[in-house]
Amino acid sequence: MTDFLMPSLGADMETGTVVEWRVKPGSPVKKGDVIAVVETHKGAIEVECFEEGTVSELCVEEGEEVPVGALLARLNGPGEPAAQPEPGEKVQEQAPAPRKAPAAEPARAPRERAPEGEAAPEARVAVTPAARRRAAERGLDPATLKGTGIDGSVTLADVEAAAPSAFARPPAEAAEPAAPPRKAKRGFDPDQMRQAIAAAMSRSKREIPHYYLTSTMDLGRAVGWLEAFNRERAPDERLLPAVVLLKATALALGKVPQLNGFWENGAFRPGPGVHLGWAISLRGGGLVAPAIHNADKTSLPDLMAALRDLVGRARAGGLRSSELIDPTVTITSLGERGADSVIGVIYPPQVAIIGFGRIAERPWVVDGGIEKRPLVSVSLSGDHRASDGHTGGKLLAAIDDLLQQPEAL
Amino acid sequence: MTEAAIRKLAAEVLGDIAPEAEPGTLSDDEDMREALDLDSMDFLNFVIGLHKGSGVDIPEADYPKLFTMKGVVSYFSRDSG
Amino acid sequence: MNKAATKDATLTLTYREACRQAIREALISDPRSFVMGEDVGLYGGCYAVTKGLLEEFGPSRIRDTPLSESAFVGAGIGAAMAGLRPIVEIMTCNFSLLALDQIVNNAASIPHMSGGQFAVPLVIRMATGAGRQLAAQHSHSLEGWYGHIPGIKVLAPGTVEDARHMLKPALADPNPVLIFEHIVLYNAEGELDPAVESVDISKAKIRRPGRDVSLITYGNSLPKALAAAEDLAQDGIEAEVVDLRVLRPLDNATIFESVSRTRRCVIVDEGWKSGSISAEIAARLAEEAFFELDAPIRRICSREVPVPYAAHMEEAALPQVPAIVEAARSLVRPQ
Repeated sequence: MTDFLMPSLGADMETGTVVEWRVKPGSPVKKGDVIAVVETHKGAIEVECFEEGTVSELCVEEGEEVPVGALLARLNGPGEPAAQPEPGEKVQEQAPAPRKAPAAEPARAPRERAPEGEAAPEARVAVTPAARRRAAERGLDPATLKGTGIDGSVTLADVEAAAPSAFARPPAEAAEPAAPPRKAKRGFDPDQMRQAIAAAMSRSKREIPHYYLTSTMDLGRAVGWLEAFNRERAPDERLLPAVVLLKATALALGKVPQLNGFWENGAFRPGPGVHLGWAISLRGGGLVAPAIHNADKTSLPDLMAALRDLVGRARAGGLRSSELIDPTVTITSLGERGADSVIGVIYPPQVAIIGFGRIAERPWVVDGGIEKRPLVSVSLSGDHRASDGHTGGKLLAAIDDLLQQPEAL
Repeated sequence: MTEAAIRKLAAEVLGDIAPEAEPGTLSDDEDMREALDLDSMDFLNFVIGLHKGSGVDIPEADYPKLFTMKGVVSYFSRDSG
Repeated sequence: MNKAATKDATLTLTYREACRQAIREALISDPRSFVMGEDVGLYGGCYAVTKGLLEEFGPSRIRDTPLSESAFVGAGIGAAMAGLRPIVEIMTCNFSLLALDQIVNNAASIPHMSGGQFAVPLVIRMATGAGRQLAAQHSHSLEGWYGHIPGIKVLAPGTVEDARHMLKPALADPNPVLIFEHIVLYNAEGELDPAVESVDISKAKIRRPGRDVSLITYGNSLPKALAAAEDLAQDGIEAEVVDLRVLRPLDNATIFESVSRTRRCVIVDEGWKSGSISAEIAARLAEEAFFELDAPIRRICSREVPVPYAAHMEEAALPQVPAIVEAARSLVRPQ
């Protein structure tokens, strides 16, 4: 029997609210399955199970806010007999959960489901496959929507109408009243998120002795390679420059692993892989940096797909707990209309953050003459407890080298 | 495509990308990346949405023609077939 | 397109004429090629496709055969194995049933059974389809059936351009290729772009882009689907028309990409619904594009009866534009 506790999904998370259980007692679960959707200051996050087993009981109601570490549910391990609570474990005074006892359960179940004299059996709502998937992405229960499709099925349009787009509304209609329904359902609270960012960044500056290095890198080859790549492809297969920068950084961290990991209990713990946290700014204010796992082993098209997927889910709600817990380093980029350079603040307990400024054409010395080249300013903020400038310099040099051979990324 | 169809398609695609934006606030001449705070991923998603909805190929070199609604309308009217 | 010089202007010609020009091009460019079949020589072909060719190329290149499909298809297989490039004409797919053993057990299987020692670079052209009141035994659409057989390729040109240009890559293919020419299409006129000198025989083509529903079809159902798309457009429904062009191997990529975008699909197939190529496509969509679908798949096929003789009954039995329109509309606007 194991306890499933409310996970900490960020340095300063203190409480979370279970908004939706995705399992019930008796559901089999395996590692990676989403057990519940928890509302935090980072928005609605899908919390994954880390073990295999069967859900024995749910200990928290939907809508209940509980602190990090609180008991959310209990699981029976695979093959475990229906267990008593282990001695010494905090015992919840609740009725023992329905066991997988032999005859008793099956005999009970049909009677419970028998329609005679009972309320109408659960009617099955027809939902189209595309609608079902979109509803899951948006965190809506499609069964609660009115279906306008064939045989009354809930369609994509019905799911999208549940969160109407401002543009699609005919101009004559009045605007929504003050509180947009989306925020209450699936979004994040910008004020809470602001507070969380404030707390995390303050802690970072309080505790982490930062050092800063910057370097200007020539992206001529990379930009040329990208243009040629994209020219041959339809828009949905094209790559953004960010993907090239991400891959080069991920590979460079493989060569300088002292910058990929965590400072914990007075020592550096290397990360289990290069799980790049990509800083995504959220519309309406707010910031989250979920992980792209094993970015060093991912191809450029797959990185692009992962990026697109993450950005979509970060904004719509639907990030997973592993994506928030796992980043081993963070990359931030203000994009083409931001600043020339960005010098970031490290997210504890990570030990580095790499910042990319705007890619802009500038004069550069090439073979003794001046040419215009697309240049980018790259910064590294490092935790001086875990590494020194020399190491940081090696990382920047490695990134530069990798960017000069884009075809090898 | 007709102008009405182009505007409808663009509005739908933008609605997915910038759902919180106020209707009717984007003027035809405004650079929508500024007005709607679209980053390069958002703009690429916009191009993809237009490409899929119209079947017209959009080379990277043409992206600047699509920064304003006026540009979008003129681009797809030109390519109408 | 340069319309100044006549040579560069687009040509308008019939599908039948396009087929004939394709055969002429093959006969002129490759001395190994020849045509054989019933009535292809003296009579000029049952559907007049080979009219005038006997005079132009002589009896050893345009060979009239006895009334025995099994024999002359077998001879064609042998000729191909021996290094020639025969273009066998089976008058219609209805008669191909008499040569089924040759096609399936010999042409399709010999390369495999001989471990690649023998190629069978054979092209068989057949007229197919209904719509001319030729009644039950002469109105089949069996190209879908042939799509079931490994070892052959099955082409269904639906446009004048494809009728003109599919033959050359078919002849170049070392494996047997079956080309199905719909009898109603022979009189259809279309434009040929002189800049086009060959076509791909592996891909489907989107003949009309759209957003709301994909109409997937081939052969003589293609013009019906295009007409249906026009009707639907009047109503504000943008239908995408996908011309399959190749029934084996099916171009999965184009089919899935179209339906993944429009999320709704009507398959129009002149064969009978059961066990048809439309069934195969629907199954593949359910396997590979299940989560993209926003509505059930609909198929418009021939009614499951032997094709009637009387004109009004034949019309009622075959796929027609109103049924396609209705099916598409029911998916896009269910209420």
